[in-house]
Amino acid sequence: MAEFEPVESQISADTLVVGGGIAGMTTAIETAEVGKHVILVEKLPSLGGRVAAMNQYFPKLCPPTCGMEINLKRIRLSPFVRVLTLAEVEAVSGSEGDYEVTIKLTPRYVNEKCTACGECAKVCEIERENDFNYGLDKTTAIYLPHMMAYPPRYVIDPEYVNDDRMKKCVDACEYGAIELDMQPKTITAKVSAIVWATGWKPYDATKIENLGFGKYPNVITNVIMERIASENGPTEGKIVRPSDQSEIKSIGFVQCAGSRDKNYLAYCSGICCLASMKQATYIRERYPDADIYIFYIDIRSPGRLEDFYVKMQEDEKMHFRRGKVARITESPGTQNLVLEAENTLTGEMTKTEVEIVVLATGMVPNTLDDPPPLDTPLDEFGFIVDGTGRGVVGAGSTMRPFDVSATIQDATGAALKAINVGARR
Amino acid sequence: METKVGCYICKGCDIGKSLDIDKLVEAANEAGSAVCKTHDILCTQEGVGQIKADIEAEGLNRIVVAACSNRVFPELFDFGKDIFTDRSNLREHVVWCHPPNDEDTQMLAEDQIRVGIAKVQAGEPPEPFSEEISKDILVIGGGITGMTAAKSAAGAGYNVVLVEKESQLGGWATKYKKVFPKRPPYKDIEDSGYEKLIEEVEADQNITVHKSTVVAKTSGQPGQFAITLESNGSQTELNIGSIVMASGWKPYDPEKLTHLGYGISPDVVTSIQIEEMSSNGGIKKPSDGKPPDSIAFIQCAGSRDQDHLPYCSAVCCRVSLKQAMYVREQYPDAKIYIIYKDLRSPQQFELFYANVQNDDGLFMTKGEIAGVTQVDGKLEIAVTDTLLGEDIRVQADMVVLATGMVPTSRVEDVESPEVEEATEGAEEKTDGTTEDGKKEAQAAEPGAKIINLTYRQGTDLPTLKYGFPDSHFICFPYESRRTAIYAAGSVRAPMDFASSANDAYGAALKAIQAVEALSRGEAVHPRAGDLSYPEFFMQRCTQCKRCTEECPFGALDEDEKGTPLENPLRCRRCGICLGACPERIITFKNYSIKMMSQMIKSIEIPDEFEEKPRILVFVCENDALPAVDMAGLKRLQYNAMVRMIPLRCIGSINVIWINDALASGFDGVLLLGCKKGDDYQCHFVKGSEFATTRMDNVRDKLKQLVLEEERVQIHEVAISDYNKIPKILDDFLEVIETVGPNPYKGM
Repeated sequence: MAEFEPVESQISADTLVVGGGIAGMTTAIETAEVGKHVILVEKLPSLGGRVAAMNQYFPKLCPPTCGMEINLKRIRLSPFVRVLTLAEVEAVSGSEGDYEVTIKLTPRYVNEKCTACGECAKVCEIERENDFNYGLDKTTAIYLPHMMAYPPRYVIDPEYVNDDRMKKCVDACEYGAIELDMQPKTITAKVSAIVWATGWKPYDATKIENLGFGKYPNVITNVIMERIASENGPTEGKIVRPSDQSEIKSIGFVQCAGSRDKNYLAYCSGICCLASMKQATYIRERYPDADIYIFYIDIRSPGRLEDFYVKMQEDEKMHFRRGKVARITESPGTQNLVLEAENTLTGEMTKTEVEIVVLATGMVPNTLDDPPPLDTPLDEFGFIVDGTGRGVVGAGSTMRPFDVSATIQDATGAALKAINVGARR
Repeated sequence: METKVGCYICKGCDIGKSLDIDKLVEAANEAGSAVCKTHDILCTQEGVGQIKADIEAEGLNRIVVAACSNRVFPELFDFGKDIFTDRSNLREHVVWCHPPNDEDTQMLAEDQIRVGIAKVQAGEPPEPFSEEISKDILVIGGGITGMTAAKSAAGAGYNVVLVEKESQLGGWATKYKKVFPKRPPYKDIEDSGYEKLIEEVEADQNITVHKSTVVAKTSGQPGQFAITLESNGSQTELNIGSIVMASGWKPYDPEKLTHLGYGISPDVVTSIQIEEMSSNGGIKKPSDGKPPDSIAFIQCAGSRDQDHLPYCSAVCCRVSLKQAMYVREQYPDAKIYIIYKDLRSPQQFELFYANVQNDDGLFMTKGEIAGVTQVDGKLEIAVTDTLLGEDIRVQADMVVLATGMVPTSRVEDVESPEVEEATEGAEEKTDGTTEDGKKEAQAAEPGAKIINLTYRQGTDLPTLKYGFPDSHFICFPYESRRTAIYAAGSVRAPMDFASSANDAYGAALKAIQAVEALSRGEAVHPRAGDLSYPEFFMQRCTQCKRCTEECPFGALDEDEKGTPLENPLRCRRCGICLGACPERIITFKNYSIKMMSQMIKSIEIPDEFEEKPRILVFVCENDALPAVDMAGLKRLQYNAMVRMIPLRCIGSINVIWINDALASGFDGVLLLGCKKGDDYQCHFVKGSEFATTRMDNVRDKLKQLVLEEERVQIHEVAISDYNKIPKILDDFLEVIETVGPNPYKGM
C-alpha cells in the first residue's frame, strides 16, 4: 500500500527495508506475503531503482518492467507494506529486535490528491535535467519520474519550488494537489530488523582518463546505453552517435573499464560481460550491418548464461578481441575512436577504429559513500560483509555486485534473515 | 444473495470534459445498476466515503468504479471481502486515447460501463478455500543448503523435517578440505564451517533430522502433503505444508571425458579426487603414491562443451585456484599449470585469483585442449588456440580435470529402463483420446524421483533447461511449476557453498510464505492474495483430460477414468483449465465462462458496419493490459472500435468466448498475450502457448462457419510495447474493414 495520508510521526513494523530498487522491493514484498509488516523507504520519488532504467534483461532480452509490474501489483495490494518515498534514514538506535529509526521525509510538493493527469506539466515553463536519463534530456520541473512510477504521482524538483512560474502549475491542478509550501518532516519508526538495500551506482568513468569518457562525445557507458536503447529513454530507443546523431556502422565495447584493476576497481562486477553482449543485440537489431567489437580479458558468463555467449560467438558481426584496452583516442575530423588494446600475454598492441565506444563500467555499492548504521562491517570496497552477526541485514548489490536474478535471490533470503533477527529478540 | 449494483462514475482527469456523463448514467441504469452516482474526483476520502456510505445505506454488494485503471490505487477501492468490485477504465482506455465529445468515444465509454456491470452481476466475491493445513516444512537434502534452510526456517518458529539420504549430514562439504574466501581480504582459503552447522541443526528443537532416508512418496497438496519417508526398509508418514528441495548436485561423469585423458592413467584425476586426497593425507600420484613434480589443471572438463555440459558450472575456476593452493602448501617446488578458456573469478573473488597468481611456480595458459596422452611416463597435454597463437604441449605428472556440476534433478537419459518404469502409470492412459479424437493423452514428464510426487504430470519439479527445476529464473528465481515446492542451492543453479547457504534463506522464506498464504486460503505467486479457486461441475465432464494435462502447475490429478481430481491448494488461479475445458464445467466465483459471456453480450453492437465495426480484444492483464494503460498515459490515439476484456492469463481464453463474440456480431477478435517459446514471458509459463494452440481450433471453426480466418488473431505484446499498441489495434481494424462485416451480425 502507498501512503494516502500524510504519514504519522510514529510508525512501526516488523522489518524496515531501506532502498526501493529491485532488491528492496523484493525483500519488502516477500516479507509482507509471510504476513509481517514492512516499511519500505526509498530516497527517490518512486520505486524501481536501477532496473527501472534498464531496457532489457539478459539473457531473455525481456523488459524489466514485466517483473516489475507483478511486484508493484503485489505491493499495491498487500496490506502489509507501507511505502515511503523521498524518505531517508537519518539515525538508528536500539538493538536487534527493538530498533528506533529516525526517517526524514523530503517534501514532494505534491500531495496525495494527485491523479497523475499531467495538466500541471502541460503548463510548466521550467525545464530540468532528467537524472533518470543521466541528464541526456529534460523534463519539466514538475514531473512524473517514469511511466511506471510508484506511487503514480508527480513531484517537483526542489530547486524550482520557489520559482514564481510554478504558480501556473498550482493553478492548472484541479485537485489542489500541489503544495509549494510543503515542509520536510521527521518521523520515527519502531522495527525489529533492518534490511539495507541501497543498491549501487556505476563506477565514475571519468576517473579512467585514458578511456576518454567525458572528453570524447562518442564514448558512452553501459548504463547510458540502456537509456538510449529504451523506448522510454531520451531517444525513444533510437541508438545514434552522440556527436552527430548519425547511424552506427561500428561499435566497440570495452570490458573491465576500470574493473579488475588495482588502480580503479580491483574486483570484477560479474555482470558487465553479459551486459555488453546484451547491448550488442540492441545494435544487431537496429543495425544489422554494423560491426561489433568486444575487447575483453575473460568473458564471464556463468551457469546457463554461457548459452548467450555461445550464440553471440556464432554471429559473424560479433568480433571478440582478447586484450585490455589501454587507451582510446579520437580521430580528428571523423570523431571516430581508436582503441589501443594490449594482448596481456604478448604485450603486443593493436589498434581498432570504431564510431562509438561503450565502456563496460562496474558496480560500486552505494554503501561505500553512505555506509549503513549500526557499525555494519564493510569491506574495503564498501560491500557489507555477510555473516558477521553485526549491523544491518544486507540485500542485493550492497552485498556483492550481483545481476538481477542473484539480487532477487539474495533479497528474498534477506527477508528471512530479518525475520530471524526479530525472532532472536 | 440478490445482487445490488452501485456504479460510480468519476468526472476527473478529463472524463467529465470528454464524455456525456448523463448518458453514461443512463447506460448504467439500463444495465441494471441500482444506484449510479457521479463524482468530481472519486479517488479521495470523500469519493470513497460516498461509496462506503451507500454500501451501508443501500445494501450494495456489487460496485463498479468507472474511473481510471485498476492499476491505480486498487487498495482505495477495496470495500471488503463481501463486495465484488470492478473498475471500468474510462481514463487510460477511453478519454486519454480517443477524441473528446465524439460519438464513438461515448459509445466506447458506455460499453465499458455495461461490461463492468455485467461482470459484477455475473460474478460473486470469492470465498477462500480454507481447510486445516500443516505449516511444517520438509527440507530434502542435508548438505550446506538443506541445513541452512532448515535452520533459518526453524529460527522463524517453524517445525522442520530434514531428510538426508546419506548416513551423515554435511553433503559435499564433508569431502572438501577448504573453501574459497567468503570474507575480506578475500585472499586465502578457509574452512567451510560445516561441523558447527551440523551441531546447530542437530541441537535445534524445531528440526527433526532423518538420516539415511529418502522421500518415497509425496501425495496430496500443499499444506496437506502426505509424505512417506523410507529408511532402511521402514516407513514414516508425515503431514507437511511445503517443501524445500536442496538435493544438490553430482559431478559430471569423468568416464565420458576420455578425450581429456580420463582412464589412460590413474594420474588423470578429477577435482573431486583432489579434494578427497587433500582431506585424507594429501595429494599423491595415484599410480605410485609418489609426490608429483608437476600438476596440470584442465578447466571446463566437459563444461562449456556442446557434447557434454553446455553450461558453465561457475565454480570450477575458483576450485582449481584453491586446489593450486593445496598443491603449493604440500609441494613448495611443484610446477602448477592451469589451462583455461576464460578464467572466471567474479566479484571479490578477483582478489583471490590475484593472490593465487602471485605464485611463481604457477603457469596459467588460455587455450583449448587437443588431447592428453602418455609420453615417457609423463602426461602430455596438447593445447591449441593459445594467446600466443601457437600450439603448445604441457607435460605434467598429474592432470586434474575440473569437472562440472550436474543438478540432481537432471534426468540424464529418458530412454533408460528405470525412467520408463516411472512413466508406466501414465502410459496406460495413452490410448485415451480427447473428444474430437485428435489428441492423445500426454505421458507424465520423467523425473529424477527426488520428491516422488504422485501428481498426474510427473514425480518431480519440471525442469526448464539442463535439468534445473525453475520457471522464471530472472525475475522470480525460486518459482517452480509445483506450488509450495522450492529448489535451493546447486540443484537450482551451479553455485559455491557460500552462495548455496545464502540461497537456502530465500527458498526457506518462500516455503514459509506458502504455508502462511495457504492457511489464509490465498494463492501464492503470481496471484498472491487471490482467494478464488476453480470449482468443477463434474456431472458434465467428458474425461477429455485437457485440464489435467494443460495445468502448468500440475494441480489436477485423474481418476482411472480420466476425471479430474481437484487439488485447490496446488492451484495458482491462472484459469488455464477454465480456458481448456470444452464442456465449460470449470468456474471461479469471480472469473467464469458465464461471467465472460455476459460481459461480451453486454456490449452493444450497432447494426451498421460502416464506420461502426466492433472488435473484441482479450488482453492479458499482466503485461498487455499495463501496456495499453501506458499507451493511454502517453495519450497515444487509436480507433474506438475496440472493446477490451482483461484475462488473468491469455491461456485462460475459452474458445466459446470467441464464438460468443462472433455470434453477437463482433467483426473481429484479437488476443494480446505474452511471448511464448524458450524465452517465454508468460507468468503462468504455458498460457500464451496454449492460447496459440487454441487459435488453431478457432481457425477450423471459422472455416466451418465460412468466416475469414483473419477475423481472429493473436499477437504477442510485451509490457514495454505501449508505443506499438495503436498500430496493432489500427492494423487489425484495417484487416477487418477489408474483410467486411461479420455476416452473422444482427442475426
